[in-house]
Amino acid sequence: MISFSPTEEQQMIVNMVKQFATDEMRKVYRECDENGEIPQKVIETAWGLGLVSSCIPESYGGAGGERSVLTGVLIAEELAWGDLSMAMHVLCPSLFVLPILEMGTEQQKKKYLPLFCGAKFTAATAALVEPKFNFDPNALSTTASKNGDSYVLNGEKCFVPLAAESEAILVYAAEDGQTQGFIVDKGTPGLEIKEREKNMGIKALATYELALKDCRVPRENRLGGDKGCDFNRLLNCSRVALAAMAVGVAKASYEYARDYAKTRVAFGEPIASRQAIAFMLAETAIEIDATRLMVWEAAWMLDKKMEATREASLVKFYADDMVMTATDRGVQILGGHGYVREHPVELWFRNGRGFATFDGMAMV
Amino acid sequence: MIDFELSPEEKTTIEAAHKFAEEFMRPISRYYDEHEHEEPEEFIQKSMGLRSQGGVFGLGVAAALRVEEYCWGDAGLMLAMPGPGLGGAAVFASGTREQIERFLKRYGEDKPCWGAMAMTEPHCGSDTAAINTTAVREDNEWVINGEKIFVTAGKRAMEKSNGLTVVWATVDKTAGRAGMKPFVVEAGTPGVKVEKQEKKLGIRASDTVTLVFDNCRIPFDNILGSPEVRKVDKTDTSGFKKAMATFDATRPIIAAMAIGVARAALDFVKETLEKEGVKIRYGLPRQKLTALERDVMEMESQYKAAKMLMLRAVWMMSQFQPNNLESSMAKVKAGLAATRITQKAVEILGPLGYSRKYLVEKWMRDAKINDIFEGTGQINMLVVARRILDFTREQLK
Repeated sequence: MISFSPTEEQQMIVNMVKQFATDEMRKVYRECDENGEIPQKVIETAWGLGLVSSCIPESYGGAGGERSVLTGVLIAEELAWGDLSMAMHVLCPSLFVLPILEMGTEQQKKKYLPLFCGAKFTAATAALVEPKFNFDPNALSTTASKNGDSYVLNGEKCFVPLAAESEAILVYAAEDGQTQGFIVDKGTPGLEIKEREKNMGIKALATYELALKDCRVPRENRLGGDKGCDFNRLLNCSRVALAAMAVGVAKASYEYARDYAKTRVAFGEPIASRQAIAFMLAETAIEIDATRLMVWEAAWMLDKKMEATREASLVKFYADDMVMTATDRGVQILGGHGYVREHPVELWFRNGRGFATFDGMAMV
Repeated sequence: MIDFELSPEEKTTIEAAHKFAEEFMRPISRYYDEHEHEEPEEFIQKSMGLRSQGGVFGLGVAAALRVEEYCWGDAGLMLAMPGPGLGGAAVFASGTREQIERFLKRYGEDKPCWGAMAMTEPHCGSDTAAINTTAVREDNEWVINGEKIFVTAGKRAMEKSNGLTVVWATVDKTAGRAGMKPFVVEAGTPGVKVEKQEKKLGIRASDTVTLVFDNCRIPFDNILGSPEVRKVDKTDTSGFKKAMATFDATRPIIAAMAIGVARAALDFVKETLEKEGVKIRYGLPRQKLTALERDVMEMESQYKAAKMLMLRAVWMMSQFQPNNLESSMAKVKAGLAATRITQKAVEILGPLGYSRKYLVEKWMRDAKINDIFEGTGQINMLVVARRILDFTREQLK
């Protein structure tokens, strides 16, 4: 039966996350963007909500909640509405946890999942994007070659969130032309974590470039063991997560511009009383809703374990454009005021531009 | 629980609608486009057989998805299918139980029967409150005078069957919108005449006529809703708004029509490309896609976006949730998306798109109406804008 209504439990989670986004993230996001740091307290509070650990089975020390992509996208949208940098930071461990939970060997689950069931935020991440203009997740330049009982990784990665503080990094590399995941523990020889990157947006999120030079990992560190992983599914889970985040960022910008347009007076009336402004807002509202519903459909398919590459790619494609237009209009509606950093719309505009580039940087 | 799975019954009726569209609409699509005012008698008879499958019209999710399939077949022919139509929807939405029984029973009988809605007048379209058609009470009757244009299925409803038209008229011009009321005029009522049948850009199998009311007398209880005019406060338009709620029910269905035409064009493009060995590589990063792949993905995502908004609006209606904002959103998006998708299809297919040998150029002409009737894209955008801003019509003109 077709339905657009979240379960009571999902609604409770959404309310809780929204509360957190309003009370914590929205209080500090400008400061974080300016100085490039997120207060530890915010990270720990988010961790306390169990957004990462809740789906880890009890046998590995987790809460044993249901793993749901749909619930994940609902959460991702709210967090990104609060702030994209912080959303990516607090969900970053999922980039490592979810692939292991879904596709890891028993040994990998036993070894790694308990690390993320503690009371304190534990970082782990994944490295997918490579520093080149025509990056393609299915045709990676980073290679993994089998050598006796180990794999040797070579290549360069970028946009790896929290790499410096991560306990382990899931490095995606081409093995005979196929993308597979390899767990690289902190401090593995041959893994070089370079300086923190400086980006146009998501400035509060610490991202890094990595170099892998003959980085050797044991054979059992291949995600999913001999069976390997279903990389396409992981990519789709990432696409819907990022599209949901794009909806959150677009919504933040839209709401701010809408409220501004209702109070800003020009020629004797609020600028929102002019169709030129009102129609921009109406169109943005329509596109935000449409994108959100497309995200839900793709997420629902992933929960049903259906092949969703088409839907996930289409919504990512659509959301990348939508968030750019929406945040551009946010700046435009505020005019000169939108261009100065006293208002947040320029921040959302910078963050919005990133989505077309972000790949595999969030996962639900 | 958020769910996109159709029930087995829904799937069956939608598949049946698709089969019907494929077998009985597509083969005659071009003929009735080129023979504009000819009646598709055989097709109408065949459509009568559909009523066992839940009928042509209806307001639920399955009904909307059936409409999508029929319009995938042919939007003009879909509008020629017998049924209560917009007039019926208005009766259903604001009629009493007795009125619903009295007026809608005929649509369950064996003879084809149509319903129409008459709102637009020669001097006003979107500005519905400016209508001049009057309804004056005389004893136990209403006397209607005026002229209505662009009445979809007006001829079939009033001349070719024992149908009805819901006519909007004012009972008190000084009361503005509060004075506007819907009245049911049945076929065969003296004083109503079908004039001019329009020649159109598209949806040519659908009849579009002018109705002239010259001292047309109807029973007093043919008024839908209350006959009271709240004159005390001219700004109190709650009655008008309630009546206009009909459009909240019908706009998503209009959206479904647009979506059906859009999908026809999209499917044709994809099939043609496939035959030529062009595969759309979903999942490839955008900088690696060809311009053609980008275009097709853009069309497909526009289609999906429109469909999702439409589904949400009909779903809300089926849950008895107010959906004024959502149904307008769906209508705006679907009208725009269908217009864009079909135009792009003609462009991509080049000579195959522009030639009347294929149906793509027809779909482009058909699609355009969805951006115009039941509120133009701009009027619906205005409705959306007022709602999201919480502005009155005075605050946002």
